[in-house]
Amino acid sequence: MTLKSYTGGLLVAMLIFAQGAYADKWSDQFPHIKNTGDIPGACSYEATSKKDYSGKTLTISTHAVPVMGEPTALHAEQFSKLTGATVDVVHSPAGDLYSKAMVPFQAGQAPYDIVFGFSNFIRDWMQYLAPVPDKYVNMPQMQDVTKAHQGVASWDGQMYQFPVDGDRHYLKYRKDVIDNPEYQKKYKADTGRTLKVPTTWKEYGEIAAYFNGWDWDNDGELEYGSAEVMKKDDLMYAAFFSRSASYSKNPRTPGGFYFDLETMEPLINNPGFVEALGDWVEATKYVPPGGINFGLGDEINSFGGGQTLFSFSWDDAFVAAMEDGSPIKNKVGAAPLPGAERVWNREDGSWDIGHNQAPYIVWGWAVGVAGKSTNQDMAFDYLCFFANGANHRADIAIGRFGVNPFKKSDFDPQIYIDHQGWDPLIAKSYAATIVGMEEFNTNRVFPLRVPGVFQFTSAVAVGTSKALAGQLSPQEALDEVAAEWNKILDRVGKDVVREAYAVGVKLEDNIN
Amino acid sequence: MNFKHKFAFLFPGLFVLIGILIFPIGFMIRLSLSSWDTFYPGLDFIGIENYVRLFTDDSRFWESFFRLSFLSVTTVSLQYIIGFSLALMVWRDIIFKRFFRVLFLIPMMTTPVIMTVIWRTFFHESLGPVNDILSIFGIAPPWLTNEHLAKVTIIIVEVWQWTPFMFLLLLAGLLSLPKEPFLAASVDGAGPIRKFIYVTFPLMAPISIGAIIIRLIEASKIMDTVYVLTSGGPGTSTETSSYYIFVKGLREFQFGYSAALSFTYLIIMIISLTIISKLLVKLLIKK
Repeated sequence: MTLKSYTGGLLVAMLIFAQGAYADKWSDQFPHIKNTGDIPGACSYEATSKKDYSGKTLTISTHAVPVMGEPTALHAEQFSKLTGATVDVVHSPAGDLYSKAMVPFQAGQAPYDIVFGFSNFIRDWMQYLAPVPDKYVNMPQMQDVTKAHQGVASWDGQMYQFPVDGDRHYLKYRKDVIDNPEYQKKYKADTGRTLKVPTTWKEYGEIAAYFNGWDWDNDGELEYGSAEVMKKDDLMYAAFFSRSASYSKNPRTPGGFYFDLETMEPLINNPGFVEALGDWVEATKYVPPGGINFGLGDEINSFGGGQTLFSFSWDDAFVAAMEDGSPIKNKVGAAPLPGAERVWNREDGSWDIGHNQAPYIVWGWAVGVAGKSTNQDMAFDYLCFFANGANHRADIAIGRFGVNPFKKSDFDPQIYIDHQGWDPLIAKSYAATIVGMEEFNTNRVFPLRVPGVFQFTSAVAVGTSKALAGQLSPQEALDEVAAEWNKILDRVGKDVVREAYAVGVKLEDNIN
Repeated sequence: MNFKHKFAFLFPGLFVLIGILIFPIGFMIRLSLSSWDTFYPGLDFIGIENYVRLFTDDSRFWESFFRLSFLSVTTVSLQYIIGFSLALMVWRDIIFKRFFRVLFLIPMMTTPVIMTVIWRTFFHESLGPVNDILSIFGIAPPWLTNEHLAKVTIIIVEVWQWTPFMFLLLLAGLLSLPKEPFLAASVDGAGPIRKFIYVTFPLMAPISIGAIIIRLIEASKIMDTVYVLTSGGPGTSTETSSYYIFVKGLREFQFGYSAALSFTYLIIMIISLTIISKLLVKLLIKK
């Protein structure tokens, strides 16, 4: 072997090794980022290690382990090792996060430097949060965040929540069933319809009902049509808005999805929402036994465990299904939420016929720094470190972490193929689904972000759960919700709610 | 001795009483007269507006109250019957008496929330072991998703958790009974049933009333079981007063209104439990 060929071979081997392992001094110390190594940036491991917060203590209120609680604690430990800071992490159930922060906020105290919650808390929390400083807003890491999620984290152009997570609802389905030629033939023979990824909620219901209650994956267990979040007070209202968006978000009638912005009349009981609730009541027939008591965890376990054909909600169920060790890895597909064959036109008081689809950029995890915190610099550095390139890339690969794509760079399917072993077709459909919702669709619905948002969503949960339980018809249930919404408007003040709602409507109506 | 000095000795107890009882109740009453919520934090004064809303425009609270009454009375009655039976069983000289006495107390020693999570797993309709076993017989009851059965499930969990408390009080009562009346009954030729009806039960009446009232007070606060098992669903079919107050206060952050609900609930409970205890005394303790 000549020296030239030896050197050439060595170089090729080094390149291959460097490409495959990404090892660097940081990934040796922090195995969490072993797939990528440190990724350069203002808050990279390298940059963060140059800060010295020895003797200082950062206190964080976050969710219980694992969803968001686990990455918070993990990055706290890493941050502590890198900077010498002491980081105390306090975990609470999801339902307590709001009051855990709000009670001291209202009392003028700051027991927590950083508070985790949901992005739709923003209107209630923003007056107690420190705005995200310009140096973070303008850095390349933040510029990579999609416009939609910058909007979700901001209030009227001012960013109050540091983006660490991106959320949207989309359809997840069993690709091995829907693409199976035998089942396609059987479905056609039995129903006269074509088996395909559903593009309307009616198709979703028909296919789910057909595949309900029999062993279609031959594992000796019964499978069911759909897993959905139907448990009262457990995020069910978000599932209802997902089902309602296509029936009620009419691109020809801007000016409000939840309320008519001009009159502040609740739209929640219009025929679009009623049709969606009617579909949802039907869905109780094709969910697994006990399905109307399924919370988010049950939905993730049910679909991720291969129990159902369909599911729709946050990314977690999809990522869990695609993790190593999942029985259905590379057997699932992602697609936009189903649409509707008609959409309610509230101006004409009639249905507009034609396919309509509206993505729901649902609220997700959000985090802010308390305005009264005396450690704001350290707190923002921690958040910036949390969401740095290497941590983010590693976090989105772990379903239980609850960290989902919100950066433009997340939409490259190659990262899921290279680092997570996803089938290329699935990775491409996943990336195309989320990029389509984030960047291209202009008929999006954003979460309700108004004062006292919990009162409004709680009323929706109570009303819709009565309909699912058969206590009221869909129309009666939503009339009850609308009446409750009117009472809340009277209490909080129509103008106060309108002013806040207008900010969300601007996002929905694509007004910059 | 200076007369005023005597009162100085009352101050420590008085301060404790004011700190842990009078002040919280006073603050709750004041809070109930305010509109404190997410958007308007502070003790403004809105008069009895919250109470007017409660009595004229909140059927959900009253429905939850009647549901609570049903659940409390049913669970406590079952706890009393089962607890008394178990106490009678281990009161006698049976084999492994000590073992059973400890065994029957175990549910009470466990943490209610954790046990309810375990019960929820048991009753999970598609993944839980209860329906797995029942499916052998071709049945799979919708434990948590049928509005009637969900109540039954809550009753099962509550009875399992708190019967040992009733058992403990009643066993203590049985062990403290005098032996003479039983000897006299035996001399008169009374059998076990007659002895129970004419001796044991009447002698146990004061203890029974105490145990029932204590359990009714506790049962009227059913919250964690509902929260974990059903979140008040399906629909509102298992929502109880305390769960509803929790939702209004800590979920919807309507502090002022939830204080009005709490105070009203407190008054109703004081009145109804006083009436119940008087009725029980009249019924069970014959002059």
